[in-house]
Order: sequence, then structure tokens, then C-alpha cells
Amino acid sequence: MTLLGSFALWAAFLLGCWSAGLSFFGNWRENPATALAVRRGVYAVCAALLVATLSLWKGIFSHDFNIEYVWAYTSRNLPEYYLISAFWAGQKGSMLFWAVVLSIFAALAQALTSQRHKDLLPYVAGVTNLVVIFFVGVMLFAHHSNPFERMAVTPPDGNGLNPQLQNPGMVMHPPMLYLGYISITIPFAFGIAAMLAGKLDAGWIIAMRKWALASWIFLSVGITLGMWWAYVELGWGGVWAWDPVENASLHPWLVLTAFLHSVMIQEKRGMLKRWNMGLVVGAFLLSIFGTFITRSGVISSVHSFTQSDIGYYFLAFLLVSAILSFTLLYTRWPSLEAEVQLESLVSRESAFLFNNLALVGIAFSVLWGTLFPIVSEAVRGTKISVGPPFFNRVNVPLGLLLLFLTGVGPLIAWRKASMANLQRQFILPTAGFVLTAAVLLVAGLRSFYALMSLALAGFVMVTIVQEFQRGVRARMSMYQENIFLALVHLVERNRRRYGGYIVHVGIVIYFVAFTGLAFKTEKSVDLTPGETATIHSPFGYDYTLTARGVSQYVMLNRKVTAATLAVTRNGKRIGDIKSEKRQHMDSFGNDTFEPSTEVGIISDLREDLYVVYAGSIDGTERAHFTFHVNPMVSWFWIGGAILTLGGILAMWPGGPQVRTRRRRSAAQAGYSVPLAGVAE
Amino acid sequence: MTSSRRDFLQYAALGVLPMLWQGGAPQDTTKKPGGGVTPDRLGEPMLGGRLVDSTDKWDNDAGIIAIEQRLRCRCGCMLDVYTCRTTDFTCTYSPTMHREVIALVVAKKTPEQVIQAFIASDGEKVLMAPRASGFNIAGYIVPGVAVTVIGLVLAAYLSRRRTVAIAVGAGAVPGAPAPVSGPDQEQLDRLKRALDEVES
Repeated sequence: MTLLGSFALWAAFLLGCWSAGLSFFGNWRENPATALAVRRGVYAVCAALLVATLSLWKGIFSHDFNIEYVWAYTSRNLPEYYLISAFWAGQKGSMLFWAVVLSIFAALAQALTSQRHKDLLPYVAGVTNLVVIFFVGVMLFAHHSNPFERMAVTPPDGNGLNPQLQNPGMVMHPPMLYLGYISITIPFAFGIAAMLAGKLDAGWIIAMRKWALASWIFLSVGITLGMWWAYVELGWGGVWAWDPVENASLHPWLVLTAFLHSVMIQEKRGMLKRWNMGLVVGAFLLSIFGTFITRSGVISSVHSFTQSDIGYYFLAFLLVSAILSFTLLYTRWPSLEAEVQLESLVSRESAFLFNNLALVGIAFSVLWGTLFPIVSEAVRGTKISVGPPFFNRVNVPLGLLLLFLTGVGPLIAWRKASMANLQRQFILPTAGFVLTAAVLLVAGLRSFYALMSLALAGFVMVTIVQEFQRGVRARMSMYQENIFLALVHLVERNRRRYGGYIVHVGIVIYFVAFTGLAFKTEKSVDLTPGETATIHSPFGYDYTLTARGVSQYVMLNRKVTAATLAVTRNGKRIGDIKSEKRQHMDSFGNDTFEPSTEVGIISDLREDLYVVYAGSIDGTERAHFTFHVNPMVSWFWIGGAILTLGGILAMWPGGPQVRTRRRRSAAQAGYSVPLAGVAE
Repeated sequence: MTSSRRDFLQYAALGVLPMLWQGGAPQDTTKKPGGGVTPDRLGEPMLGGRLVDSTDKWDNDAGIIAIEQRLRCRCGCMLDVYTCRTTDFTCTYSPTMHREVIALVVAKKTPEQVIQAFIASDGEKVLMAPRASGFNIAGYIVPGVAVTVIGLVLAAYLSRRRTVAIAVGAGAVPGAPAPVSGPDQEQLDRLKRALDEVES
């Protein structure tokens, strides 16, 4: 299997080189057979990498511990679903995962893109192949990076998977995030292809729009799952720690979010072409930067893979990609001039521009904070740490500005808004803002940022409801539809727009959840079985926890020490909660890794009771616990689901273009609009 | 892991005893590994990692927690001392730092003096966020200033362009009829797009 895998890697590498060479230097414009060969080259690279992938999975599932990677990340008693995730648990496997997924996306881009954009496709193939070649090349040539590397002897059992990775969230979170990072290459490839081909009209935007949205959805899901994993697995009761690797996932997400907004201006008004090209290139470079951060060890992070020289390869690739991309952008600068100029400061285009500024500003701010320890050390020669207090202080005001602009954008008319338009549009959302703030002030909320966050959330929600309500009312009066049908048709007819509003609802919910979590309460206690402790929640409830004892047992691949508590809320029993210490072991019963903690959670829409069993006191059943009451946490997962749903709705096939064409052809029979001087 | 009937009876007896002893308080009766345990003692005390200290009044002290939340744990976990000591119970650094903080507070040091003492021993990297002084100010203000300045320049540029456009319009001779000219291609394209939008 390792021989087949290594052979497949070499085949992918050589085929990729050949196909990329043909893309950039072949005469495919004159000879359609060359264009076909380029396309087939992409498919062949994909096939070769699929063979390599299956070879590694075969090694994993057959417990071939002679393969170093299989030994390092699996063991005989590892549950099968974690054998799947072991594929991307380590550096080498994740590199292969990256390469194979990119090759699949590259093949899909070739197969699914309309032939209208056939002038771009060979260049797209060239760019995607170059990125694939880079990843395969690192596996083949970098020291200790080949996933098929064999060991001198075959150990009887493997090292096993890190206990913190033995969590359902870890089966889904890394691949989702990788899918997001990887799929950014496709919009980037279309951007570079458009510049190389000199076809800088809206064609490349139309060809890659859904890819950009897909990347954004994958990243959103990946980030949300990462938050969930951190919450249920790490035991600190939070969802976001501003760790450099977490931040690295946020950079491309923010830049892609900016792109998805500004691209609408290019489509509708022919503006911001240079900016959009810059954003696509930036998103790609930031995805590579994230990989560099994760794998180089240049910035310390709990998420990093082990330090290795692989980081230098990524740094070189990042620099070369940046230089080539921006040089190309510079040479095409005149061709990317806007077709029309912005007409008014008070217009939707302008609001989108400021929204872009806020998004890119936050991306810069997070990048700046991530790199500031290096900058500071270089300037002052002193090591510093940049943690959550820094990021919160810098980013909360920018986040609130973004939330405000999220509400403002849809309220302002395209081109130029009149005063009457502004009055009509803003009156209800402003009332929503004032009312929310007043209610919270009366309820006793005095934190300025929390107050602003929740009041702005009210503002944006009223904006969105107003947009839906106006659309539904218009349809009800125009087509005599009932409210439900009008809503369905409204969304169906303009999926991008209303899908976008649903995404905004998800974002608002995120803000509310983050604001709520700032009011968490915590308490450390020791309890002997039968003893009770009480913790007061921010919503005014009293949770009373009674220790029921500590039990020890063996389960699957681990020895478990479990502490159970009975829980009442304001005197009413709501169930039992259990937190565990797990000592993982190999199939011979030998301990592997440090003991890990599994938290116990009782969750509802208001708050989570979150219990961590810290350990035994004096080796007895008297146990040390940390209790947290975390408000609004469920809303992170609800917000994430709504956001994803909105994104999927926005990119769902069909929609207005198809219908527009159909209606136009029908309209020709009934009426015509004379347009003097407009060439059809 | 198989149990004999004798083991089973032993576990059952050991499970019933503590219930009798503690007046029927709910107890778990499934202590398997180790066997032969006393009622209140775990079969394998070290199975869940190192034994922990009893909680004292300082563990939940708001002042101590506020100080610890400003200090980074020395173990390299990237967490503050409070979060680390209440999260990663394998860490031996955060309990030590917790005791150091308590000792300084008991010695009547102010929170600022406690922080200074840690900076003196560990350097600035012990802080969760750099102090907003000297070069570090750049860390705090650069993003905000950049966004504000770019935003203001953008707003000024857009307003100026609008003013210029109005001034050009106002430059015509008062009372003279507006110059009649046909729509240019850009306007026609815009009109066509607008009509397309209406149709769709």
C-alpha cells in the first residue's frame, strides 16, 4: 500500500507539472485538443491523489503500524469513526487531505463551469495544479513529510489519537475548515485566470461566485464546529480564545465576507473591480498564511502541529504567490477601472464600501494582534503576549461598527438615497434600537458595550424583519398570495438577497450570544457525596448541585473516573450531570497520553450549567469541581445553523437568472420596450 | 475485564455499606478497577490524574481571580492563570502561580504591585495583554486609527466628488437653458440595466 501510495503521489506530481506547463505555455487557444489535455490532466491528478488517499486509509484501517503515520495517530482499540478522522489528525495526513480535496475541487471546477467561460478554464487548471503540486511536492521533498514513510520495525500497537481529538466535533471541524481554506483556491484561480486571459468583465465573477460562497459556508461551519469542540472538550467554558490558529481561520472568513458584499456592487454597477480582485487574492494568501501559522511554529499556539521545517516551504510559497499575484494585478490595473463612479455618499454602494472597510479592518486588526508579539520583539527586543483582553479591547468597537453597518446597508437605496427614503427606512429600526436599549437599561444592564451590542442587534433584526415584511406585503397585494406563499415566493425569487438577510440573522444571534457569555458566573467547590453547593445564574436562578459519588470503570479504549451530581434549579429537579476524567490506554492496557477531562453540560436556550470534575481530594470520593453558568451558549449553535442555512439558500441553484431569461422570452410576445440607441 | 461472582458480591457489599454509613445518601456502586476499596476511597486514586488540593476561600475570591486573569500561565497553554487552574488539572504551574498571587495579596500588596512582581520575575510576557504604554500603544491603536482614517478619507473623497459634480452643474450660465445632449453610452447601459431589473 505504501508503494502504491508513494507511486500515486509521484504520478500526481508529474501529471500536475505537465498539465500546469501545458496550461501556461501550451497553444490551447488555437488547438482545442490541448485545452482538453489540460482538463484531462486535472482529472488525472485527482485520480492519482484519490489512489494515494485510499492507500493511506487502507493502511489506517488495517492497522499497518509499519507506516509511521498510522503508528503515530491510531491504535488497535481506537473506535472506527476516529480512524476516519486520524487521516487528518497529523501534519502529513492533513497535507494529503488538502491536496486530494483541492484536486477534487479543481476537477469539479473544470466539469461544472459553463463553456461560456472556456477561455478561463485552462488557466484555472494551471493555477489549481500549481497549488496541488506545491502540496504534493512538500510531501515528497520536505524532511519527514511523506505520509507513507515506513518504520524500521513494526510496533505491535500504535500510539493512539490524542484524547482531545477523540470527540465528534473533531471528526467534522478540521475537514470543514480545510474545505473552506482549500476551496478558496478556486475563486483565486478564476481571478488569476481572468487577469491572465485579459477577460476582466463580470464573467469570472459569475463563474466563481458560488465557489466563493461555498468556501464561506465551509469556513463558517468549520469555525462554528471549532467553537463547539472547544466548548465541550477543553473544559474552560468558553468558545473563542483568540488563539493564533483560531485567528488564522477568521482572516479568510472576514475577507471572503467582504468580497461577497462588494462583488454585488461589481455585478450591479461595474464598480470595485480592483478591490474585488484584491480581496480574492488576499483571501487565498490568508488561507495559506493560516496554514503557515499552524505548521511553522513561528507563533506559539495550542493548536499547532509540531514544529518542523515545513513552515519555510509555506513561507516561500506565500511570498512567491503574493509577489506574482500582486504583480499581475498591477499590470492589469488599467483594465480593472470602474465602469461607473459612485454617485453619493448616502447610497447602498457607499454603505457596502464602509461595510467592507469594517470587515477588512477587523481582519487586519486580528492579523495585527496575532503578529504583534513578533513586531514588538523585533522593535523592542522584549517578548510579550497578546491574549483575549487585547483582542477584545481592539475588536469589540470594530465589531459594533460592523453590526451597525449590517443594519444600515439594506436600508439605503442604490445610487443615491433621498431624505424621504432615509426617514421611511430608518424610523422602525431606530425605534427597535431605542426600545431595546431602554428595556435593557430598565432591567439593570449598565455595561456600555453589552448595551450597544444588544441594542444594535435589535436595530438589525428590525431592519431584516422590515425587509421581509415589505417584500411579503408587496407580493400579497400584487399577486393576491397568502402570507405564507408570499414569503416562500419572495425568498425563492431572490435567494441571494433573502439568503443574505438570513445570514445576517445568524450574525446578530452570534453577537447576542457573545454578549451573553460575557456575563458567565463560575465557582470552585469541594463536595463529598451527599453534600450540596449552590451557584447563582445571571438570569436569577439558583442551581443546587448534590454530589452523588465518584465511580470508576473501563470503557472502550479508556479508564473512566466519573463524578455525578444531582441538579435542581430553584428547587425543581432538572436531572443529573456527569463529568469525567479519562485515562486512555492502548490495546495492552498501557496508559497513553495525560488524563483528559470531559465536562458535563445541562443546556437550555437561556443558559448552560457546565460542570468540570477537577479531580479527587486525598484519593477519596471527595471531589473538586468547577461550576460555570454560561448564558446564551445555545445561541451560538442556533446562530451558526441559521447562518449556514442562509448561505446555502443564497447559493442554491436556479433562482432569478433562469427565471429572468424565461420571462424575457415570454415578454417579447406581449410587449416591447423601445430603447433608442441601446444596441441589443 | 471480567469479574468473578466473589468480586461481584464484594462490590455489592461495598456499595451498600456507604449507603448505610451515610444515612442512605446516593452512592455509585460501580468501583471496578482496583477492587477491595474502602467506602470513601477510590479504587485507583491516580486514574484521573494528580490529586488536587482542597478549595480554600481564595479560590473564589474576586480580587484574586481578577489578578490571575491578567497573568499568563507559565506552562505555555496560552491561558490565564485562573482559567488554567480551573481547566487544565494536569498543569502544575498554575496552582503554583495561584499560591504566589495569594502570598502577595496576603502580604498586603495591591493588585498593581502583584502584577509588577510577576513582571519583575517573568518579564512582560507574563501579562495576558501588553500594557498600553510606549511602543505597545501602537498595538492597541493602529487598527482603530487605520479604519478611522481610511473611513474619513473615503467619506471626504466621496463628499468632495459630489460637491464637484454639483459645482460643475452650477457653473452653467444662469437662466440659460440646460445644454441638450443625447445620453451617453454609460447612461444608456444604466437605463438598460434598470429596465432589466424592473423586468426581473
